[in-house]
Amino acid sequence: MPLEKTELKIGLVPLVDAAPLIIAREKGFFAAHGLQVDLSVEASWANIRDKVAAGMLDAAHMLAPMPIAATAGIDGVRVPMLTALSLNLNGNAITISESLFWQLQLDSITPREVGSRLKHVLETDRAAGASPRVFAHVFPFSTHNYELRYWLAGCGIDPDRDLNLSVVPPPQMVKSLREGSIDGFCVGAPWSEVAQADGIGRVVVRKYQIWNNSPEKVLGVTHSWAHQNPNTHLALIAALIETARWLDRTENRAEAARIVVESHALEAPPEVVHEALQARSSGHPLGRGLVFHEGAANFPWTSHALWFIQQMIRWQQAPSDIDAAAVASASYRPDLYRAAAALVGEPCPAQDFKSEGDHARSWKLGNTDSGITMGPDRFFDGQHFEGR
Amino acid sequence: MRVMLVDDDPARRAAIEASLRSLEHEVVGAITSAADLSAAVRRHQPDVILIDVDSPSRDTLESLGQVTRDRPRPIVLFAHTGAPDTIKKALQAGVTSYVVDGLNASRLKPILDVAIARFEEFQALRNELEETKSKLADRRDIEKAKGLLMKRRNLDENSAYELLRRMAMDRNLKLGEAARALIAAAELL
Repeated sequence: MPLEKTELKIGLVPLVDAAPLIIAREKGFFAAHGLQVDLSVEASWANIRDKVAAGMLDAAHMLAPMPIAATAGIDGVRVPMLTALSLNLNGNAITISESLFWQLQLDSITPREVGSRLKHVLETDRAAGASPRVFAHVFPFSTHNYELRYWLAGCGIDPDRDLNLSVVPPPQMVKSLREGSIDGFCVGAPWSEVAQADGIGRVVVRKYQIWNNSPEKVLGVTHSWAHQNPNTHLALIAALIETARWLDRTENRAEAARIVVESHALEAPPEVVHEALQARSSGHPLGRGLVFHEGAANFPWTSHALWFIQQMIRWQQAPSDIDAAAVASASYRPDLYRAAAALVGEPCPAQDFKSEGDHARSWKLGNTDSGITMGPDRFFDGQHFEGR
Repeated sequence: MRVMLVDDDPARRAAIEASLRSLEHEVVGAITSAADLSAAVRRHQPDVILIDVDSPSRDTLESLGQVTRDRPRPIVLFAHTGAPDTIKKALQAGVTSYVVDGLNASRLKPILDVAIARFEEFQALRNELEETKSKLADRRDIEKAKGLLMKRRNLDENSAYELLRRMAMDRNLKLGEAARALIAAAELL
């Protein structure tokens, strides 16, 4: 399979979950597949989208909903994009200010308890005629936006009426919380950890608790790039699958953290990067933390795309008559993943869809001993998602 | 034209601000990425936003675009470095805004001209749509008012139309407005 292109420029946003791209370059996984990759650190998701759309980047670290929004033509740019590789699961957290934390008078820190006390405080605020509280996330088409809204709505809070949602760039979250211009935020590692370490905020809910092992970042390219560079695309995915395997070995995490810190891709204290990359034992109530490979973490489930489209419709970003099945299968490409996985002997799920919300503990895909071991997939409110 | 400027380089910000003023634009806000962009936009209501392409605040701007989809503002992006064909590429790709290779004061005028032209084009389209809508509404109401007059005063169509036209002229109203007034009055009775 001759590669159509061997020198690639790949964009990333300074976050710990960009680790697979940084590690793949530093540990030679890209080179082993004949790729010479130049990583470009971008300041915003808008920049990532525009530069990929304009062909100034070959591929990029993207929020899982971004290729879907692009393919659906609702992202303002309308250059169709796709992903054939999920980069990680979990990682985000919801943090609230110290003062709001004490106002909530929590008995326990669970998503339900925090949500119901928050609802009470918001109602009291409103009765007193106070201006609405502000919660921030990172981008209109982000996992953060949907997680925050899913949790709030599941606790009886209307995210568009009971509070104001705004977008703040991740590195400014901590500062905004300190200055009081926002009361809480949902952001990826390491910014919640930084806020908590600085004594400015408290982490009250983790992405894992809202939806166990849910998708976070993906590798995105345009449809036309994938069409013009099919072999290069597969080589890129294969290299990243091998990287993900290496990254998920607990004994490699310390080295991975050191490489990420030394790459200077993100300006965060080294100890916070180390902490964010620490793997917890399986069965931990807060999950394993960032997952890069295990439990078919790299597989782009069509059903995940359908879940995101459902959220886009729910929050009026997409028309309710959108052809969800067509958009999902054009933007999430398990078929391409399988072709790349075959190059590196990676076992794949046989199906493209799976239901969510049914497993409170580890389970076997395909219900056989030889199947892939999957992690829990519960939603905090016990909902079931059929997945097709 | 009310222009807002988002740039982290203070020297360049000052230079751009000065040349904007010399072009007789009102600079309603010159801020850094660290400022609260949502609050600044709400406060200043700019017509155009000039933002450094590498500003992290672009994601905030995206969300404002989502919220104010029905009242879009032209956004001009500028880059420190970049290929000379960046603008062309970006436009071909359908990027909504303009990516400009470097931004010094002398290049500001053509960029703003493009942004303004695009903004006006957009506004014109919107106005045209509004106008078409209101014309359709007028026609419908005039027909209805005519019908009312024909029935109540036992007039033929031409006489009813003449009467409606006279009523409008006497009261200094547009025909559509007179028709609506008449319909409202008829509904009261």
